[in-house]
Amino acid sequence: MDFSLTDEQRMLADTLERLIADRVAPEQRRALLEAPAGERSALWQTFAELGLLHMPFAEQVGGLGGDGTDLMLIMQALGRGLVPEAYLAGLVLPGDLLARLGDAGQRKRWLAPLLEGEHQLALAWQEGDARYDAHGIATTACREGDGWRLDGDKQLVLNAASAIALLVTARLDDGRLGLFVVPADAAGLSRRDYRTIDDQSASNLALEAVSLSADACLSADAANALDATLALGRAALCAEAVGTMEVACEQTLDYLKERQQFGTPLSRFQSLQHRMVDMHLHLEQARSMAILAATSLDRPAAERDYRLAAAKAYCGEAARFVAEQAIQLHGGMGMTDECHVSHYAKHLVMFDHYLGDCDHHLEHVSDQLETAA
Amino acid sequence: MNLTYSAEEQAFRREVRGFLATSLPDDIRERVRLGRRLSADDHLRWQTILGERGWLAANWPEEHGGPGWGPVQRHIFDEECAAAHAPTVVPFGVNMVAPVIMTFGSEAQQRHYLPRILANRDWWCQGYSEPGAGSDLASLKTRAVRDGDHYVVTGQKTWTTLGQHANMMFCLVRTDPDARKQAGISFLLIDMASPGITVRPIITLEGAHEVNEVFLDEVRVPVANRIGEEGQGWTCAKFLLTHERTGIAGLGHAKQALRHLKSLATRVQHRGRPLLELASFRQRVVKAELELMALEVTNLRVIAAARDGGAPGAESSLLKVRGSELRQELSDLTRRALGPAALPFFPDFLHGDGELDDPALAESASSAAQYFNRRKLSIYGGANEIQKSIVAKTILGM
Ligand SMILES: Cc1cc2nc3c(=O)[nH]c(=O)nc-3n(C[C@H](O)[C@H](O)[C@H](O)COP(=O)(O)OP(=O)(O)OC[C@H]3O[C@@H](n4cnc5c(N)ncnc54)[C@H](O)[C@@H]3O)c2cc1C
Repeated sequence: MDFSLTDEQRMLADTLERLIADRVAPEQRRALLEAPAGERSALWQTFAELGLLHMPFAEQVGGLGGDGTDLMLIMQALGRGLVPEAYLAGLVLPGDLLARLGDAGQRKRWLAPLLEGEHQLALAWQEGDARYDAHGIATTACREGDGWRLDGDKQLVLNAASAIALLVTARLDDGRLGLFVVPADAAGLSRRDYRTIDDQSASNLALEAVSLSADACLSADAANALDATLALGRAALCAEAVGTMEVACEQTLDYLKERQQFGTPLSRFQSLQHRMVDMHLHLEQARSMAILAATSLDRPAAERDYRLAAAKAYCGEAARFVAEQAIQLHGGMGMTDECHVSHYAKHLVMFDHYLGDCDHHLEHVSDQLETAA
Repeated sequence: MNLTYSAEEQAFRREVRGFLATSLPDDIRERVRLGRRLSADDHLRWQTILGERGWLAANWPEEHGGPGWGPVQRHIFDEECAAAHAPTVVPFGVNMVAPVIMTFGSEAQQRHYLPRILANRDWWCQGYSEPGAGSDLASLKTRAVRDGDHYVVTGQKTWTTLGQHANMMFCLVRTDPDARKQAGISFLLIDMASPGITVRPIITLEGAHEVNEVFLDEVRVPVANRIGEEGQGWTCAKFLLTHERTGIAGLGHAKQALRHLKSLATRVQHRGRPLLELASFRQRVVKAELELMALEVTNLRVIAAARDGGAPGAESSLLKVRGSELRQELSDLTRRALGPAALPFFPDFLHGDGELDDPALAESASSAAQYFNRRKLSIYGGANEIQKSIVAKTILGM
């Protein structure tokens, strides 16, 4: 049992913290958010120089071989800055699937430039009727000559507007789940772009008779790999939420100390002290769950998914509690766009809507309750 | 004891329902249903229709042109309005300043202002809070210095709801800086067109322009615009706050939200079954159902007590706390029920006149924004922490 970080990990965390404090202060963040989609930002360039784009990938595929803890540290730092870069959606998730499923040619074409920061990708796994279920999808892939033909609709594809290609899940004739690389300019692919309420760039996709060559198929049986990648994504999201919760708690504590009413700082009111302690408790419990998640990624799938479901559900509730109290304790200020804490709060509440919400994951835990180790 | 509505009350409910079915304009109903912002004109159109029917000033006595309803009828009316997706009447004139003018205003003030409110000729806003005076309202600093038959008012108000549409503001000002905190405060009616007034928008976290900052720089206000005596402002303010809090349980809205939630969670599918069958989700809906049942009876108890004489007292604080918590919980569940569909954000559609060509996106567009907007329920009108302090002090004697 060891909760300590290696020297390299501590350095990574420090570097990131400094970088984000310097480059993603709230005023700069707004400019980053307004940058046109698809343009490589200076920040992404710096990520590339620091090796962050190589970090979460195995050495065999050209990465630096970082583990769950490394990814946790990166995500936590990104969460602290509410960094508007699609590190998870544009790099980690699609990259992880390419690393797991791609052959040498596919990796050379899509993964290598991804790691070099030359392009970004996106993962289209979610569909309206399937809610948070990655397997119950209706998009189909049929054989067409040597290649494939895809039809269906995808929802909430994060980073699609900046992606050179999309990794799309589709049901094959034999019932298995296939994974395909669809170039962003493929005929028959259309996009509706929008922002989410917590400022992520996302799109709904329609695929109508999209023709793909044979080498667009990454796998005709991608279900297990997809589960592993989504588990990784959930661990990353939990870590990110912990970073965001940290800042929401810090800002609230600072505000309570600084804001005076009735001739005394709010921090002197016992009911608010207790509430602040509750926020802190939720943060620390969520941090524990995020650590458990990050260190469970190499476990057997059943155990991994049980822990990840537990962590995601737990962090979802904790994040919402912290967000709601952060707003409440800021009073009217917490309701404003101008006050930074509201942006943190929005992201924390909407955390639950990415990669499965509490109810989705609680059901999994509940189903496995007796058998889980 | 008997908790059923009388035959007359049931007939009244049918009458209100019939009126709403025929008189509420479809475009307004649809905007409210979809959680879209109403324009000043939308509000005025609806309030004019209500005024013509004699139902705008639901809580006014007949002598001032109200319908003369008792609390039970008002409760039925609110409930039916929420169920029909009617806009909430902008409360600052009809429900806030009017009772103050009726109770503390001179006859001349009553004759001047009350008919204008009934005729929708004035749009009022509430100038209480200041940057430094929120929960501790009595520490407000906006100064009013007497100069002949005028006050010269300088200071800043904030969080002024819909102040961008208002032509009148009722305002708490400090007329005596040396008196004890509460004793130096007076209640002034200020014409928003007066020189020296600047209104600046505050954008809330869901992107709406609902509140404002109001700057007052040597604004000249006739002494005749003071309600009550100089230094009596705090009495008016407190009187008004209890009125503000009664409606704040928002029972009609809570009922409508729960109905919507149940129907939504029956339609939304989770692994091929209605979401409402998912145990953890269902349990929270069940809890909300019970809370609402209890709150409805508590509300009726407070209403009945008010009907039998006596203004709503500290009980209204209980209603406010529970009512706001329940409505926040329902907005949370609605957002969750929509799942991924709650994420897309279309500010031009919600807060402006931008249209969405996809009806499914339009149906779910407002849920997350509404959830964030509803956080205000536990902050304004006296934050819930403050309400609990009131209950501790006045009901429990702690
Ligand atoms: C959407 C919206 C609309 C509004 N509209 C209007 C309007 O039209 N006109 C108007 O005048 N005002 C309006 N308000 C202002 C509202 O009344 C104030 O926000 C409210 O009184 C709280 O004050 P504050 O924001 O300064 O918070 P603060 O008073 O700074 O409080 C911050 C937090 O500390 C808590 N707190 C404060 N004191 C204590 C204590 N003694 N014990 C325990 N906890 C405490 C509060 O409960 C709150 O959680 C509006 C506010 C909002 C959000």
